[in-house]
Amino acid sequence: MSLFTVNKPLDRRSRTLVALCSFGLPVLLWCMVSYVPFIWHPDMKVTDPGSVSYFRNDMLVDKEIFYNESATAEENGTALPQGIPANPVYLPAPHEVVTAFYTAFTTEPQRRSEAWLHESLWSSIQVIFWGFVISSIIGIPLGILAGTYDFFSRLFEPFIEFFRYLPAPAFGALAVAILGIYQAPKIAIIFIGTFFQQVLVVANTTRKLDPALLEAGQTLGAGNRSMLFRIVVPGILPDLYRDIRILLGWAWTYLIVAELIGTSSGITWFITQQARYKNFDNVFAAIMMIGILGLTIDLLLAWIGRRLFPWQQSK
Amino acid sequence: MTDVNLPDYKKQSPEVKDRFERLKQRPVTMEVKGLTKKFNGLHGEVTALKNIDLKIHKREFVCVIGPSGCGKSTLIRILAGLEQASEGQVLLDGKAVSKPGPERGMVFQGYTLFPWLTVKRNIMFGLLESGMDKNSAEAEARQWIELIGLSRFENSYPHQLSGGMKQRVAIARALANKPKILLMDEPFGALDAQTRAKMQAYLMEIWKNIDITVFFITHDLDEAVYLADRILVLKANPGEVQELVEVPVPQPRHPDQFLSQEFLATKKHIEELIHPPAEETDDDHLNLVRMVPVNDDVGSVF
Repeated sequence: MSLFTVNKPLDRRSRTLVALCSFGLPVLLWCMVSYVPFIWHPDMKVTDPGSVSYFRNDMLVDKEIFYNESATAEENGTALPQGIPANPVYLPAPHEVVTAFYTAFTTEPQRRSEAWLHESLWSSIQVIFWGFVISSIIGIPLGILAGTYDFFSRLFEPFIEFFRYLPAPAFGALAVAILGIYQAPKIAIIFIGTFFQQVLVVANTTRKLDPALLEAGQTLGAGNRSMLFRIVVPGILPDLYRDIRILLGWAWTYLIVAELIGTSSGITWFITQQARYKNFDNVFAAIMMIGILGLTIDLLLAWIGRRLFPWQQSK
Repeated sequence: MTDVNLPDYKKQSPEVKDRFERLKQRPVTMEVKGLTKKFNGLHGEVTALKNIDLKIHKREFVCVIGPSGCGKSTLIRILAGLEQASEGQVLLDGKAVSKPGPERGMVFQGYTLFPWLTVKRNIMFGLLESGMDKNSAEAEARQWIELIGLSRFENSYPHQLSGGMKQRVAIARALANKPKILLMDEPFGALDAQTRAKMQAYLMEIWKNIDITVFFITHDLDEAVYLADRILVLKANPGEVQELVEVPVPQPRHPDQFLSQEFLATKKHIEELIHPPAEETDDDHLNLVRMVPVNDDVGSVF
């Protein structure tokens, strides 16, 4: 079938359609489970407690318990409880989550000292930003040096290879002891999670630069400094930019752990807090917000990248 | 090649003879003395080049030809300073060469233009490295671009150019540094036949009009005979000089000469040097005859 020809791009229409399915199928599955009662719905939502003393309106009860109580009430001839099938509290329906995207922002914090959602999000973005920027400021130059000069490669890489196997969250307690309980240790965790990978990835990218370009530079009279700044750096820029986009995605995965360290804050605090109040629609919304934020930033960077490097051949 | 009545390639007309006399009077631009290169390969030490001696005179065009594995590329890389000789010396105007430098321009088969720089900036690269200020470098680069006929593409990036255009830019980029010698490593090897012929004519034109000595590696016999004053024929394992052939085809060259007696005689001689008839061995031809079923409808293709 034409949809499955090896290594051949789809036509424009099919491409858009398939890409929509990429999001559409999971959402469809979610809708089916949420709106079609006989697929799952293991609980009953009580609409009228009847004579069952511990039932309350809108309470979620396991189906088996509900029918037992119902049978008991029937035997005793007392009022029957009424209910409708429902999913467990941790699986809100799509429309509830969609509403939560708005209401989560307007829900007032439970206590006055606590943060609104937009404040939590902003705090998370700052942690990611600073952790990633500090890592890049140090990591990219080190990576380029290691990729260009064998000397620096031998000097840095063995230690970094070792260090990158140490899980970043393991340094949580240490980071708090050294940096206090607020944002600093969280930034440090993002840094540790990103930095060591970054040096190795950038070094590898630098090594992949076509050696013929370096030789051409030498025969044109480029000195050591020029080789680095006029050939190596511009030569790897597009690949370096792509690396950074990928690494930024990794940094996001360290966010949740980082924010649990010290005083819990940011989007993680919001999620745990809302889970505690059983506002799972808000939890889902917040998790999706992270995904949407990450994807948006990545698409934005990709768009900027196409304009930054006009010499890149479109592939 | 079937035996037709060709003159001896060593028979030179008086004009050609006189020209070679004068050529050898010219000062020596580059001298290679007892050059040997050994590599440490998987199966011990391999001698890639052995005892190469060569004098390249000012404004001479020397081609190097030889079977694959004869060390042509190693030789040119040592001349460029990209690799070090194990023994022997390379002298440029009497001074020993040890590392790459702008006074030996190099053109590679793979173009090696800097993809992030426009045509103009590529040509300016070496000029700026030599300490020229930006305005003069730009003016100079413009002249070169005009000379290679790419004014319309001054601000194009290399990926927007065809192979032939890229190689023109690469040649201009090397020449802009005013090198004493231009080293070319199979520069037209990746081009199609038509573009290649154009580039050859083009290179001859440049060589005639600019004060430049050319050292040109190729595996194409026609190209070598057409372009060169003298052809250095190497043999493989180890790479040694087999002969330094003086091409008897009169200068200036023209494509009509491809079928001249001198041209064919020289070509035949070098062909025999590279592929000696005696060396044809039995184990190197296809053995498919009995494996492939033959359609009986057509008994023989002849």
